[in-house]
Amino acid sequence: MSCSDCHKSDLSLLNETLEKYKNIKGSLITVLQKAQEIYGFLPTDVIYKIAEEMNLTPAKVMGVATFYTQFRFKPVGKYLIMLCQGTACHVNGSERIEKAITEELGISDSETTEDGLFTLKNVACLGCCSLSPVMMINEKTYGSLTPETVREILKELKEREK
Amino acid sequence: MRIVVGKGSCGFAAGAGRVYSALENLIDDKSVLSITGCIGMCFLEPIVDIYEGEKLLRRLVKVTENDAENIIIAVKNNDFSLVDNLTISEKDEEFLTKQTRIALRHCGIINPESIDDYTNDNGYKALRKVLTSMSPEDVIEEIKISGLAGRGGAGFPTWFKWNAARNSKGDEKYLICNADEGDPGAFMDRAVIESDPHTLIEGMLIGAYAIGAKEAVVYVRAEYPLAIIRLEKAIKDAEEKGFIGKNILGSAFSCSFRIKAGAGAFVCGEETALIESLEGSRGMPRLKPPFPAEAGYWHKPSNINNVETFANVSWIILNGGKKFSAMGTEDSKGTKVFALTGKIRRGGLVEIPMGKTLRDVIFDIGGGIKNDAKFKAVQMGGPSGGCIPEELLDTVIDYKKLSATGAIMGSGGMVVMSDSTCMVNMAKFFLDFTTKESCGKCVHCRIGTKRMLEILTRITEGKGKDGDIELLEELCLGIKDGALCGLGQTAPNPVLTTLKYFKDEYVSHINEKKCLAKECASLLTYSINPEKCVGCSLCSKKCPTQAISGEIKKTFSIDTEKCIKCGQCKAACRFGAVNVD
Repeated sequence: MSCSDCHKSDLSLLNETLEKYKNIKGSLITVLQKAQEIYGFLPTDVIYKIAEEMNLTPAKVMGVATFYTQFRFKPVGKYLIMLCQGTACHVNGSERIEKAITEELGISDSETTEDGLFTLKNVACLGCCSLSPVMMINEKTYGSLTPETVREILKELKEREK
Repeated sequence: MRIVVGKGSCGFAAGAGRVYSALENLIDDKSVLSITGCIGMCFLEPIVDIYEGEKLLRRLVKVTENDAENIIIAVKNNDFSLVDNLTISEKDEEFLTKQTRIALRHCGIINPESIDDYTNDNGYKALRKVLTSMSPEDVIEEIKISGLAGRGGAGFPTWFKWNAARNSKGDEKYLICNADEGDPGAFMDRAVIESDPHTLIEGMLIGAYAIGAKEAVVYVRAEYPLAIIRLEKAIKDAEEKGFIGKNILGSAFSCSFRIKAGAGAFVCGEETALIESLEGSRGMPRLKPPFPAEAGYWHKPSNINNVETFANVSWIILNGGKKFSAMGTEDSKGTKVFALTGKIRRGGLVEIPMGKTLRDVIFDIGGGIKNDAKFKAVQMGGPSGGCIPEELLDTVIDYKKLSATGAIMGSGGMVVMSDSTCMVNMAKFFLDFTTKESCGKCVHCRIGTKRMLEILTRITEGKGKDGDIELLEELCLGIKDGALCGLGQTAPNPVLTTLKYFKDEYVSHINEKKCLAKECASLLTYSINPEKCVGCSLCSKKCPTQAISGEIKKTFSIDTEKCIKCGQCKAACRFGAVNVD
């Protein structure tokens, strides 16, 4: 199996994970999670490599990877904004928050800014409903957001990167 | 004295991490400072408790890092007048005193990262009792007496599932905890794992002993990173103390324990889909029967319960099933945890005995609607549930009585809505969710929910047609009959209940092109009231489409052709001159 025109990833980074899990039944999702931790997303050549080592078809691996929202097939920005779209956040105005982010960064759901700094991802409930609307940036949670506070948070992160 | 900072996810989001660091920097004796999980009073976070021994001296709320110095001085001088302004009010204290806590009994009290804190508060005593003096059949009998039913939504008797798995043939059996808390608006399982992971572990070990499993697996949502970290530590500590592993507490019972992180799919809350996912496949539900008790994980007998169910188990073993079943109604025993959110004054986790009314929870404990707005409905059971209107607020909390309204108990999410929430838009929100989360296996669910979403979308955009309501009803019934799993069968519930209780809103969207709650932007018209307008031009400066024009100090007006109904003019106007109809 090969992949002629895709991204060239350093596949050796995956060796340790594959050694540990390839013979454990049912560990495909764990392997995909580890691969995403290493590469930041799931490049096509990594999908092929996992399929080959785990004795699965690339279609099976891709089928599993595309089923779950956690997996990405494009690189993400340095700051991954996960905007909660749960019921409580919806009732308390997550739409306005999304609009503020879109205006501030010029990106919509699942897009990355041109400078590679920010990616916006709408997600199902983050489980911080009492502080809705909520977003998470790289595992840090921000609650009780307003369009103004969200703009401030993003400006601060931009400032930090200057 | 001890200073304890509440560090659950909600606390962190409100700034507990900064408060903790500020206290740590200022304090000389670091052993005075410790952490606890989530007490469930999310509306007051960050919370700092001051204890003398086991006695709570002060509970300080909405603390910021700037308060750290005063807190330390107060503790040093044993004089709390400095922090009087932070002390919890009597009214807010009632949020806790009106509850009965079993599943949440340790949450916000013990340190979730300390196994000693747990064992000092009767932790692992139930496991010891089970292993030294009870047979697996005795355990199942005690759970049967308690009347405990699955807290994840279905409300199926726990003992029955345990008994079925116990009686299934085979040596290799699995005990699985469903911690894939996917219902938007429910977060009690996250709180239990983050705040009291050992209670979950102990409940699961007792379950494993009862059914004869040697392996226990917790399937946790990937969106709960803190829960995973705390649970990993708890498992490691329990292994070191001999509560997990071979020959537990010197008995013949052995059980290993592991965590499997989910990868984001709502349908994996369905037990057979969860099993598919555990096996590394797409999480698509299986046909039942065979039930997991006969052929589950790797087609071996398996039992799956949710976090809150397990969190009750060790309490029942220690206090007896009778004490548990003494609470509640004929049909539903014990307590239930609710996640109270939305437009509620005091939002958080509420654990009460079954048999209380919705009004008790929302008004007596939750304090009613934020900003004194009018209550409109409470959404229960997430995307599988429904919206309950004001006239049914005295409905008793009980599996059967709640189902009779068209909603369900579900996992306990209660999202409260005021008169500014549009019920058609709410139904659309849930259908948008189920359309995205449908696994695609059954035609009715995959395509039917999509068609419903299209109809709801056009209604909210003012393009609804005669016959749309009937078409929605027909699709609802078709999907209920035609879907294989709970996700599909219950996906129409939000539409059915809003049609049942709020049909007038659908009718006014379709016939009069009006949104009574003034939420659906396409149906709104913005205008300026010439009597109130002072001609300050602020609105026209804010307008992104230059739809507002006029002369300074004279009346301005809005060109409805250009207006995109973004609402920025209304937000900007200081004179209340912008009307929305």
